[in-house]
Amino acid sequence: MSRDLIMQAVVSGLLMGLIYALVAVGLSLIFGLMEIVNFAHGEFLMLAMFAAFWLWSLGGLDPLVSLPLVAAMLAAAGALVHLGIIRHLLNAPMLAQVCGTFGLAVALRAGAQFLWTPDFRTITNPWIAGRVHVGPLFIGQPQLVAGAICLLAFVALWLFVTRTETGLGLQATAQDRQAAAVMGIPTERMSALGWAIGLGCVGVAGTMLSTFYYIFPDVGVNFALLAFVAVALGGFGSILGSLVAGVLIGLVESLGGLLIDPSYKTVIVFALYLAVVIARPNGLFGRF
Amino acid sequence: MASDQARMLEFAKSEPAWPRPPLWSMGLGLAVAAFLLAYPFVFTSPFSHHLVILILLYALMAQSWNVVAGLSGQISLGHAIFFGIGAYSSTVLFVKYGITPWIGLVVGIVLSALAAVAIGVPTLRLRGHYFAIATLLIGSSVQIIVQRWDWVGAASGLYIPIDRTSPWLYLQFHTSKIPYYYLALGATVAGYGLVWLLRRSRFGFRLQALRDEPDAAASLGIAIARHKVLAFMISAAMMSVAGTFYAQYVLVLDPERLLSSEISIIVLLMTVLGGSGTLWGPALGAAILIPLSEYSRIWFGGTGRTIDLIIYGVLILAVCMWRPSGILSLFEEGIRRRKGGAT
Amino acid sequence: MSLLLDVKGVTKRYGGLAANADITFDVNEGEILGIIGPNGAGKSTLFDLITGFQPLDAGRVHLDGHDITGRRPDIIAGLGVARTFQKLKPFTDLTVTENVMVGALARTSSMKVARDAALEALAFVDLLEKRNHFARELSTGQRKRLELARGLAMRPRIILMDEVTGGVDQRTIPGLVDLVLDLKSRGVTIVTIEHNMQVMMRISDRILALHAGRRIAFGKPEAVRSDPKVVDAYLGGTADAA
Repeated sequence: MSRDLIMQAVVSGLLMGLIYALVAVGLSLIFGLMEIVNFAHGEFLMLAMFAAFWLWSLGGLDPLVSLPLVAAMLAAAGALVHLGIIRHLLNAPMLAQVCGTFGLAVALRAGAQFLWTPDFRTITNPWIAGRVHVGPLFIGQPQLVAGAICLLAFVALWLFVTRTETGLGLQATAQDRQAAAVMGIPTERMSALGWAIGLGCVGVAGTMLSTFYYIFPDVGVNFALLAFVAVALGGFGSILGSLVAGVLIGLVESLGGLLIDPSYKTVIVFALYLAVVIARPNGLFGRF
Repeated sequence: MASDQARMLEFAKSEPAWPRPPLWSMGLGLAVAAFLLAYPFVFTSPFSHHLVILILLYALMAQSWNVVAGLSGQISLGHAIFFGIGAYSSTVLFVKYGITPWIGLVVGIVLSALAAVAIGVPTLRLRGHYFAIATLLIGSSVQIIVQRWDWVGAASGLYIPIDRTSPWLYLQFHTSKIPYYYLALGATVAGYGLVWLLRRSRFGFRLQALRDEPDAAASLGIAIARHKVLAFMISAAMMSVAGTFYAQYVLVLDPERLLSSEISIIVLLMTVLGGSGTLWGPALGAAILIPLSEYSRIWFGGTGRTIDLIIYGVLILAVCMWRPSGILSLFEEGIRRRKGGAT
Repeated sequence: MSLLLDVKGVTKRYGGLAANADITFDVNEGEILGIIGPNGAGKSTLFDLITGFQPLDAGRVHLDGHDITGRRPDIIAGLGVARTFQKLKPFTDLTVTENVMVGALARTSSMKVARDAALEALAFVDLLEKRNHFARELSTGQRKRLELARGLAMRPRIILMDEVTGGVDQRTIPGLVDLVLDLKSRGVTIVTIEHNMQVMMRISDRILALHAGRRIAFGKPEAVRSDPKVVDAYLGGTADAA
């Protein structure tokens, strides 16, 4: 196993990891705010990817251009999902909370398949294409740009949550909803905001993914599983944890695929999940 | 005051422990039982047999999910694996070694129970969401592994060679579906009978307690982990029986069909729709959804499956939002509460 | 009177904060021990540590000579330790009778015997009227009695009660007090956390006073009440929490 191959795997794992991290942080935020796991998270990623695809295919917009648009669309969807659906699940028994978003996932996935067929789509000739040559390594430019933008989005999120008043309101609501309400923080709006931000992040990640990844109705399934593992690993409710965990999973997946067998990636990730939730139920940084 | 209480106590003790269901529901039950027994001779087309065979089979599978999710509160999103274990066990034994599926049935049960222990012991201690995620991952992993495992046919699967010599020995009936029908009926009745007994047993009671309030249950001497794993094992065994039967019915196996998330989804939906935690909820769910899915296949052809899934997804969501305890919970409450005391 | 529960040096830390620091006390068979302390003094945590719901950082707990430190909650319960919770936990999807039967099933495997025992426990706490109602339909005071009945159906040797009179209608307090005293007369050892000083003084044989996770007094009620540390902690000492 040449050192170059390993280096290659490390770099691509790192870049994918940044995308996983951005997907995971949305999940983490939502759970932190209302203790609901969004089992439809992967499907929203899929919708973001399709949105970018159709905007390119029908509107001629390169993903880099449609990025803010798709992010905004997903953010709006997030707020709507919270107001229309999730609010009704908040006081329901755990069975309903799990099965509810699970049902949404099933419906979205099948709906996409019905509307757009299971065919794989790709965005051919996006603005950012080709590879860069860095020493002995080849790095795909779309992956590089995707990783960079996801990292930027992450930093922006971090600053928002820790430096702005609204962001602090989000933190307060996540830590203690009742106390936050007593202090005059509009917790309902915070929850909707959390969903909006969470899915907005997914929108960014999805748009960037669409520049180099196949787009098809089931594409969200694997990303969702990886995101669950990332959040469990990093700790539900921890932003920094999602970043570290996402990157870690990207690396494990990439190196595991190289050293063991690419088709067993899910199994390897599952083993990692099991090890983490048993050894450290609260994840690396989490509170739950 | 003391004698008042004493009198009430004597009266309360003499009340029947299990409320008698109202007469109309007993009548309904008898009618349904008679109908089911006579059905294959009243409706004689193979399709009508096929329809009810599927309903019975899925009613059994849904009840299996009910044991683990409705009775003990563990939400499994990957239950198809036990179905697959049952189907593959009996099939591999017959195809490779000529062993009768009756033995394969038992082997499947044992393997499923063992799998339940192997999966359950590390994961059942996790909180609800974490456990659900784990089951998703397991379901996905198992499907991937089987797809690459040549000994069991990998992705192309296995065919059960047709045998016309001893239908009851090798569980293949080619002249009529009627034996399949009564086998399915028998298995389902046995499964429901088991769960009926379970719900009235000490084990079943303590299981429901730990579903509702695990801390309180522990403080009353209930060993949480042991109960959860046992319930998981029972559920896995029931699912495995359905799997073996299904393999003998369709005579074709592949991981796409047997280990798909669609099976996990539909048994979940049937139980949630009909009423999780109730006895007949899963059966009701099956009776509603199987005809729906079969007819949508007829009307919509190939896209029928996709439309099915859309409907399932929306239904699950709707039930969870508006009546999470399902249809039957409305009735069961009324039956369980009887007149008692001053109120 | 023999020693039933012996707690030595029990400590529990969360990060830098000590919820319980080196707490030592004992309970004699058949007595009522009252535990008092301002909010956050660590009383419920102490119960959790004794009954195995949280792991200890230091210390030992002995029940009738047997070391039960850090054992699983269901095993400790099986040894005869019952407890109620401050945040009530009725089994909402079961009826009142079925709730109590769960407790009774700790002692028997016969459903008939369990049911009779459950009904007797319900008669004792005066809840027979509601026996066929679902637990979720009860008022707070009724739920407290339900939780008590559930624990009693286990035929425990000792019962740890967390805030029995908390959050209930004033008028029902004397009834609850009578219940507790009745229990004692049947030989059940009781450890009870209470905010209501009047109740405390009336029923306790001895009192354990906690403050900021530490034991500040332990002994007969009059002695504890007049202990200057206790008076300090309560800003006035004899004021009850009514």
